[in-house]
Amino acid sequence: MKAALFITCFNDTLFPQVGIATTHLLERLGHTVEFPETQTCCGQMHYNTGYQQEAIPLVRHFVAGFRDAEVVVAPSASCVGMVRDLYPKAAILSGDAQLIAEVDALAPRVYELGEFLVKRAGVVDVGAYFPHRVTYHATCHSLRVLRVGDIPMQLLRAVKGIDLVELPHVAECCGFGGTFAVKNADLSTAMLGDKARDVLDTGAEVLCAADSSCLMHIGGGLHRLRAGVRTMHLAEVLASVEEG
Amino acid sequence: MAATPARGRSLPVLPAFPKAVKIALADTQLRRNLAKATTTIRAKRARVVEELADWEELRAAGAAIKDETLRHLDHYLLQLEEAVTRAGGRVHWARNAVEANTIIARLVRDTGAERVVKVKSLTTDEIRLNDALASVGITAVETDLAELIIQLAHEPSSHILVPAIHKNRSEIRDLFRRTIATGQDLSDEPKALAGAARAYLRKQFLSAQVAISGANVAVAETGTVGVVESEGNGRMCLTLPRTLITVMGIEKVLPTFRDLEVFLQLLPRSSTGERMNPYTSLWTGVTPGDGPEAFHLVLLDNGRTNVLADEVGRQTLRCIRCSACLNICPVYARTGGHAYGSVYPGPIGAILTPQLLGLERAKTLPYASSLCGACYEVCPVKINIPDVLLRLRGQVGASAGQWNPEAMTMRQLAAIFSSPTRYERAQRMARYGQRLFVRDGVINRLPGPLSGWSQARDLQPLPAQSFRDWWRERRQKTGGA
Repeated sequence: MKAALFITCFNDTLFPQVGIATTHLLERLGHTVEFPETQTCCGQMHYNTGYQQEAIPLVRHFVAGFRDAEVVVAPSASCVGMVRDLYPKAAILSGDAQLIAEVDALAPRVYELGEFLVKRAGVVDVGAYFPHRVTYHATCHSLRVLRVGDIPMQLLRAVKGIDLVELPHVAECCGFGGTFAVKNADLSTAMLGDKARDVLDTGAEVLCAADSSCLMHIGGGLHRLRAGVRTMHLAEVLASVEEG
Repeated sequence: MAATPARGRSLPVLPAFPKAVKIALADTQLRRNLAKATTTIRAKRARVVEELADWEELRAAGAAIKDETLRHLDHYLLQLEEAVTRAGGRVHWARNAVEANTIIARLVRDTGAERVVKVKSLTTDEIRLNDALASVGITAVETDLAELIIQLAHEPSSHILVPAIHKNRSEIRDLFRRTIATGQDLSDEPKALAGAARAYLRKQFLSAQVAISGANVAVAETGTVGVVESEGNGRMCLTLPRTLITVMGIEKVLPTFRDLEVFLQLLPRSSTGERMNPYTSLWTGVTPGDGPEAFHLVLLDNGRTNVLADEVGRQTLRCIRCSACLNICPVYARTGGHAYGSVYPGPIGAILTPQLLGLERAKTLPYASSLCGACYEVCPVKINIPDVLLRLRGQVGASAGQWNPEAMTMRQLAAIFSSPTRYERAQRMARYGQRLFVRDGVINRLPGPLSGWSQARDLQPLPAQSFRDWWRERRQKTGGA
């Protein structure tokens, strides 16, 4: 399949290794990866912080960059959530009938990586090898906006060599929440503390999730604590192979 | 009914949420009490919801009935008034808290009573009825155990259903020893605490001439009003005193008696995690020789018609005050209710309070959420709380002044993200500019508003190569697409 990679500004700038892993993984599975270079940011931060008019040009920009794609794949549940759940609302807010129609046509073709693999490409065992103790955090937008269910866990269970341990309170928010982490820093920290405790309780060496943003938050806290747990995006674990 | 609640510049702005939470977050006893209580009730709710195969259909029905009612609210309210009057009750209309309190105080004074017993009622808390009655020399005695506890402690409620959720039993024992059980050797066993409250309340029930209640439902078709409760104190209040005054938000009306079927399933399971609540009291006007001789129904607007005017916000009025959203909320579970500065805390408070009071008085509440969406999943009437939060945030953002630093930053970022050239330039500048902050290979202190991030989290510096740089480099090496 020809997959247009929506890398997200966050991964592009801060976590390029997630995009590289996504590219390698998709190519290994026989897909052709394209990277429309005009892409920038989906506008989620603007929209969720209340600058919704300011987000509309970014919605237009995204649509212009991806409208011809067969499928769009992104290693970020929250950015895909923005496109699928909030773009239609942003388009209505713009009052532009053409944008509404274009969003409606494009949004269903935009997939989070795990969703794409299991639901669209029909593969659960991606041939990965990762001999480490891993725990998986179900991010809010993957779980409650995209409703990916146990797709990421299916993918991880099929990884060779993995020692996958269940995270207590797996569905509870880690406290990132975009600008919430800055606007309500104390509260975000309190939620982070509880999440970090759960992660440490698993004895895992690696914390895995489908969102780099949540991982940056939890991982940043674990690093501050010198906790000896590293974070890896789902794409990175799935891209790992025996010889690597 | 004219929609003009008391609002304006003279009314106080609620404390900013991020500041208000500091006290709660630092209170280890409170954190423990809340974590224990919310964990317990979450599990109870989940158990009784799972066992119903048609739960999703019930939710959809609840939402649909409420939407239909709200769409024709004027019709159903007039029908309710007519039915209540026909059954021997009297209906009073109150545009705001002041009007409601004035009506109720007059009704109580007309009976000559100086003391009233109360069934737990959020609506009376919303209008601060107890304070208003006290100012004219009438004592209001709360008879719900948790309401009594916070009344004795002179504290505001911290939960819709369990107002004293922030207190544990030893704190309650100490409070009772100081107030209603002085000189008694009281243990902190729940049974002993309930016994002390019962002995005190029994005297109140038997001597009161007037009772005041809220209402969970009112049926337009029949004029039937209903209260659901767990302790039986409500039943006492609703049947013993000669006069009953019920205060009800106008959104509580339901079209037909049959609609109760849906809500009497949704409410207890979402609220206390029970299949059925212990006491369901339904009454229609007055019945000679049975129950109160006089019944007054006060219908309260107090900002509700303003909420109704907004096409996204109006779903807030579906709320049946079950508190499932509070219990599931990761924010509420760590702060409790006081930080929300209103009688309606948690996710529902974060959307209801700004709409009832006016957004300018509660601008930080729509941001009191990580948008995790757990509240929407458990809401028995499918209020899309994250959507309403975003609606309100949109109004806050749109009202930000031209020179507001956040608004300026957002506008600049939007301009950057609208152009790949500007975006890539910004990436390069950020990589260069971060040198000021990188220490020993990590960023652990950030300036200004971003300091909130670095207070608890390290940040890895931006890598030298962005993904798009890697992509281009690879394409050049392979010489292809």
